[in-house]
Amino acid sequence: MSQRQPARVTSGKSRELGQALQALQLEVAEQPALNPSCCRLRVNAADWGKVAEIAAKKSLRFSASWGDHCPPRILIFSLFSGCDGQVLVETALDENHPQLNAQTPFFPAADRPERHIQDLLGVHFSDHPDQRRWTRHRGWAADEYPLRNDFPRAGHPAAETPADSTYPFPQIAGSGVYEIPVGPVHAGIIEPGHFRFQAVGETILRLEERLGYVHKGIEKIAVGRDLQGLIRLAARVSGDSSVAHSWAACQAAEQALGTRLPARALALRAIACERERIANHLGDIGAICNDVGFAFAQTQLTRLRELWQRDNAHFFGHRLLFDYLIAGGVNSDLGAEQVEALLTAGERLRSEVAELLPMLLEYPSLQDRLRNTGVLPPETASRLGVLGYVGRASNLQDDLRRDALYPPYDQLEVEVPAYLEGDIARRVRVRGDEILISIDLLAKLFRQLPKTAIAVPCHATGQQVQGLGLIEGWRGETLAYLRLDAQGRVLRYFPRDPSWLNWLALEQMTDGTIVPDFPACNKSVNGSYSGHDL
Amino acid sequence: MYHLYKKTLKTGKLTEPVSVGAEVAELGTACQREIARQFGGSLAIRMVDAGSCNGCELEMHAVNNGFYDIERFGIHFVASPRHADLLLVTGPVTRHMQEALQRTYNATPAPKLVIAMGDCAKHGGEFGESYASCAGVAQVLPVDAVIPGCPPTPLQLLQGILQLLHKH
Repeated sequence: MSQRQPARVTSGKSRELGQALQALQLEVAEQPALNPSCCRLRVNAADWGKVAEIAAKKSLRFSASWGDHCPPRILIFSLFSGCDGQVLVETALDENHPQLNAQTPFFPAADRPERHIQDLLGVHFSDHPDQRRWTRHRGWAADEYPLRNDFPRAGHPAAETPADSTYPFPQIAGSGVYEIPVGPVHAGIIEPGHFRFQAVGETILRLEERLGYVHKGIEKIAVGRDLQGLIRLAARVSGDSSVAHSWAACQAAEQALGTRLPARALALRAIACERERIANHLGDIGAICNDVGFAFAQTQLTRLRELWQRDNAHFFGHRLLFDYLIAGGVNSDLGAEQVEALLTAGERLRSEVAELLPMLLEYPSLQDRLRNTGVLPPETASRLGVLGYVGRASNLQDDLRRDALYPPYDQLEVEVPAYLEGDIARRVRVRGDEILISIDLLAKLFRQLPKTAIAVPCHATGQQVQGLGLIEGWRGETLAYLRLDAQGRVLRYFPRDPSWLNWLALEQMTDGTIVPDFPACNKSVNGSYSGHDL
Repeated sequence: MYHLYKKTLKTGKLTEPVSVGAEVAELGTACQREIARQFGGSLAIRMVDAGSCNGCELEMHAVNNGFYDIERFGIHFVASPRHADLLLVTGPVTRHMQEALQRTYNATPAPKLVIAMGDCAKHGGEFGESYASCAGVAQVLPVDAVIPGCPPTPLQLLQGILQLLHKH
């Protein structure tokens, strides 16, 4: 039987990156931080690949890359995480000759972000090992870049956009090797994406994901919005992570504008965020079990999820907590009676979950399907830098609520469950543990609810400002980068869902597994298509 | 096994009655009596996410839970458009999903119905029309009914489908 792993730190120190770069005679300029947990360095474009090489040597985790067109320059950012917070590295390119060395050779997780930057901003990564497009299918031309300022929001689409049938998947040749193309329209109630399996008999030799089907131009249509409109959009980046994305966007805006939030607003945001975590974990544990034919768990856990969502609607105004967060706070308060009712509902859920989890975790025919299936070894998890429960089941424990404190988590102790085996059973287990931990956190938050206002106005500063938001959502570290103009309108919004990292884990864990186990593997990762495709 | 049975018995029946009186769906030109006759009160649904944020899908899952239990009405979700009577489409229809949606429609045998579920499917919602988004299902397919909401609640979804199926 597996043991909960003790707390451990795997990442290096982000604060040492600057010194290490200077020791190599690279030019490094410290810039004002965009978030208190994150220092910021400007480097020369020629050193971009070298920076990644040193960051990898320092055991930092790759978190995100994105670009921002500020004519006549294109700014490129990479965020690396360490045990002491993050370091944001940026460089500036000439918009007419935007070329960089890739960071992908040192961080496999940089592959898709760099191809996304290439497709949307036209930055060429000269030594990138995969020169294929990524987010772009056939919705716009190869020489059009939607995130350039001169690209109109409406674009120049054809009346009918053809299918992306020309994407070059690598082939595997050999006796008995065959291909299974799956999607974009899948068999279940699920988002669209394409999976290309190469298999022999039942065994998967190789799985390649092709995403981008739900690219709806979120980054582009954010431009010009006021804060209210931005947060409404952020809540819909990925509907299951409405709180996480809207909180990250709010935090970025509040950092940029120097807004100080009242303590009650922060506590209520954390309450919403933990409620979102619980709802998703309940639904997904049921769905994973259902994918291997264990309907009992599905029936019971969808029941608990439904009751939880009804409380969301009753007490927070929306079943999925859409639009509960607003810039500067939250949109409604809880009275003393409501707090009592929610506490009681939390205790009721605790006893139900405490009764149900052992039934699932000890049920032999269920565990037979989930143990040793979809294994992501700890070394692979670290190499990819996967997040949330996918990381924790492989003993990669990073959790911003514990490691890079933001209020109100700086007042709380957050336990992070972790296991070594990295299989579906352990991902289920982590999520079960997290439900109980979140119920504890909710109880503490409710009991110490500060008596302040629930929102303050966010005032534009009269100058252009930038901010970064970093929130631990239910899927893991959720990021938002924001640049606002003098009137507080959006010039650039980039949300990075944890799925950007976790999708990579799915390709790895299915190697050598059998095709019929794929649905359970996929559900155990539950990457967001919408949050990734933007 | 014993614990499972005990828990199941203790949980009991959750299913709630649904009134079909409420006008939830915005019905198009389809002849109601004709629909009810053609499908005999039974309906196979193929869902297509054409760019949703996944909020609509979560509520679609919910109509299958014990409280709403959509299958009690003879309505069920099927794995292929070839088995379907109705396409339940979510999202503003991204350009990248346009052809896949069209092909799914073509693969569905007639007579067939299309419901646009949610504000995005209705008119593009928060995402509107852009280089990446077609601004609603009606831009691509003939739509028989719209169930608005962001997302519609499971009850609204259930009532909307029933309303399309029955009487008038």
